[in-house]
Amino acid sequence: MLNPQIDPLGESRDQKGTDASRRNFLKSIAAASGGLVIAMYLPGCSKTENAAKNAGPAKIIEANAWLRIGTDGAITVLCDRSEMGQGVYTALPTLIAEELGVSPESIRIEFAPPGAAYVNSLLGAQVTGGSTSVRDAWEKLRMAGAEARTRLATVAASNWGVPASRCSVADGYVVFTSRRASFGELAEAAAALPKPETITPIAKDQYRFIGKPQKRLDTPSKVDGSAQFGIDVRLPEMLYAALAQAPELGATVESFDAEKAKTLPGVKHVVQTSAGVAVIADSWWQAKTARDAVAIKWKSGPNAKLSNAAIYAGLKTAAAGQGKEVRNEGDAQMGLRGAVKRVDAVYELPMLAHATLEPQNCTVEFKDGNCHVYAPTQVQQLAQAVAAQTAGLPPEKVLVHTTFLGGGFGRRLDVDFIPPAVECAKAAGKPVKLLWTREDDTTHDKYRPPARNSCSAALDSQGNLTTFKLQLVAPSITSRWAPAVVKDIVDPFAIEAAHNYPYAAANVRVDYVQHEIGIDVGYWRSVSHALNCFTVESFMDEVAVAAGKDPYQFRHDLLEKQPRWQAVLDATAKKAQWGRVAEGRHQGIALMSGYDTYLAMVAEVSMAGNKLQVHKIVCAIDCGQMVNPDIVRAQAEGSIIFGLTAALYDDINIAGGKVAEQNFNDYRLMRINEVPAVEVYLLESNEKPGGMGEPVVALVAPAICNAIYAANKKRLRTLPVVKQGIVV
Amino acid sequence: MIKLTINGTAHDVDVADDTPLLWVLRDTLGMTGTKYGCGMALCGACTVHIDGAATRACITPVSAVAGKTVTTIEGLSADRSHPVQKAWMELDVPQCGYCQSGQIMSAAALLAKTPKPSDADIDTAMAGNICRCGTYVRIRKAIHRAAEFGGEG
Repeated sequence: MLNPQIDPLGESRDQKGTDASRRNFLKSIAAASGGLVIAMYLPGCSKTENAAKNAGPAKIIEANAWLRIGTDGAITVLCDRSEMGQGVYTALPTLIAEELGVSPESIRIEFAPPGAAYVNSLLGAQVTGGSTSVRDAWEKLRMAGAEARTRLATVAASNWGVPASRCSVADGYVVFTSRRASFGELAEAAAALPKPETITPIAKDQYRFIGKPQKRLDTPSKVDGSAQFGIDVRLPEMLYAALAQAPELGATVESFDAEKAKTLPGVKHVVQTSAGVAVIADSWWQAKTARDAVAIKWKSGPNAKLSNAAIYAGLKTAAAGQGKEVRNEGDAQMGLRGAVKRVDAVYELPMLAHATLEPQNCTVEFKDGNCHVYAPTQVQQLAQAVAAQTAGLPPEKVLVHTTFLGGGFGRRLDVDFIPPAVECAKAAGKPVKLLWTREDDTTHDKYRPPARNSCSAALDSQGNLTTFKLQLVAPSITSRWAPAVVKDIVDPFAIEAAHNYPYAAANVRVDYVQHEIGIDVGYWRSVSHALNCFTVESFMDEVAVAAGKDPYQFRHDLLEKQPRWQAVLDATAKKAQWGRVAEGRHQGIALMSGYDTYLAMVAEVSMAGNKLQVHKIVCAIDCGQMVNPDIVRAQAEGSIIFGLTAALYDDINIAGGKVAEQNFNDYRLMRINEVPAVEVYLLESNEKPGGMGEPVVALVAPAICNAIYAANKKRLRTLPVVKQGIVV
Repeated sequence: MIKLTINGTAHDVDVADDTPLLWVLRDTLGMTGTKYGCGMALCGACTVHIDGAATRACITPVSAVAGKTVTTIEGLSADRSHPVQKAWMELDVPQCGYCQSGQIMSAAALLAKTPKPSDADIDTAMAGNICRCGTYVRIRKAIHRAAEFGGEG
């Protein structure tokens, strides 16, 4: 039920760039969480649970939802996105620091609570995902900082009887000739002013911090063990919980015998939760040991016969059905009929686990009528909503404290680890930290969707591309996660890197067939880009071969009307010295645009028999204006490794509804001794910022497989590489 | 009671002998810098030094370290001044940061034994530490940089 006093959609309407579809997104999250109202954080009101922490003589002035200035001059920025390695803890405060003329290092940072002010205008809810953080914050936070600066300067100028336009800011002071006044002494009066009529952000040529490789603000705490991840939360009298979940996905507890477990040291409670049987003990090791001693009879569910074979057979059957049109130019059917040469190929992509190194966990405490949720989450509002629903409390009684995330990659867009933690804390009457084992985490993920994608192309007598036809078959993540959003439209997170096929062809047709597989699938770093870029870029290689053309030159020639695509393709080929490699080395190329970023990649490999060696990955990127080029570079470097892991090693295998893979022995992650040379080139660009948390991941598999083809003429149309008769 | 010396401080802990050192550090003593990743010595997130040797705390029974010297990330230096920490900060190695305590402890143990490690030495010493964010390119550079700072400091 929506609270009649507060209209969350009305609130979100105040957010920049919030349009109807985004309001729908928010609505759908409210729906997904049982229709609970999403608690409001009203900017400018004195609802400051975090401010209370700033106890001390200084008064804290809220300049806006993101910025607090103490009367002692201390500046606090509320970071409204989750830090999971991608650098928002540095990049977002930098945007405000630039406008205030203070060094980012001088700022204190807190993670923001759930609140309407923090809704991501690109996603319509408070979500860290979709490589949107900087894209969403770019105007919003600079304007917030610029407004605060304008107000501070206005107060100082008025005190001095000088024009505000002649005042500047430097290192926490407003300055006019030899006069200066600290932000701290101006903050209260500045906050009381009406909103300035004109707010002008700093011009690009005046940037001191933006676009420069600033140090990360979270690094010091990450080299001495002091950074607080969810798993590190400690509360007075806290107990620890381990959870037994059904090995068969979707099975439920029929009965359990905890007699033996209850006799083990430290065990306090054995509780049946909505997610399985939890053991609560004095330490986590005791809880985990006792969990393993609980005898549970599981009741088989709808997935009792689910297997990979059944899943892929289902996708194949679905491919015969009618899809939804994503793109249709010219007449692909006619084009294929008129082909002088026709190319057809089917690609299959495996399910994958996120494998965040910090397993899923959540700590919950009921205190003073409130439910405190400490969680490494990418979705504060959704965390709040599910905790409220589980606790039987109104959302405003649930306070979400976001910790650092030990990896996110989309896993923590799901909140399945939160309700059982709430149930445990409720049952125990004490704070409880629920922690999954690695095996729990691997076997109960929301896996990357499997896909079966079919491509056809037609070439004319000169080997020119006339027709491209693509059918995507995969489950829709958004249909589960935010069903209202995709009620009437094709899931936008299923068709990425396919809907924007850039190559010139008279006939282009893309369709998407949604086919659900019986288990939950989730957003996995780069989402459908990874599925569809592998498909499209592998296929373009096949078409180039059929046309008798060089794979780079073939792509280049088809991009005459796509200058930004062509530029990154050319830059990458040049940096990789395309076509000029040593004897025995072979190259593969891939191109993509996603998240407003344009990028291309060349992989260089050699094959000795069936033994593959990846020597080098070269990637050139145009991601528009950068806030912190060093973090952009780090994201590219890391994404290449993430993409290599997926391309080379992994898949998830289900039999009898159970996931076979358990730990890092059978779900292999790349190690330092396996890493090839990595070269990243960042192109100068004046375009608006593009996302960088994800896109690079998607190009690795096609670049590698195209290079393997160049080496041995064997086309890999499914992954991982190690399961295609190739040894790595 | 088991007697432990961790980062130079003596502790008496009342836990079962077979409790892994990791959980004694994290839950009993509240030293959470050492991380849990796999519980099977596959990922290295729990790496500590026992008598100077890099050791996976997740499979080390606490009884096995009685009377030995244990160093954790909290005890590597008081002020992030260990050459490995300095190099890690200079190159901004961490992304999510979860594995980095273990990476740093493995690197520090390597440099203590091999002050000027080759890339092959780094491969051998660091292959047990997984970084899901893929910071390996910088880890390698940072170890060479730490070696320039002068080994174990």
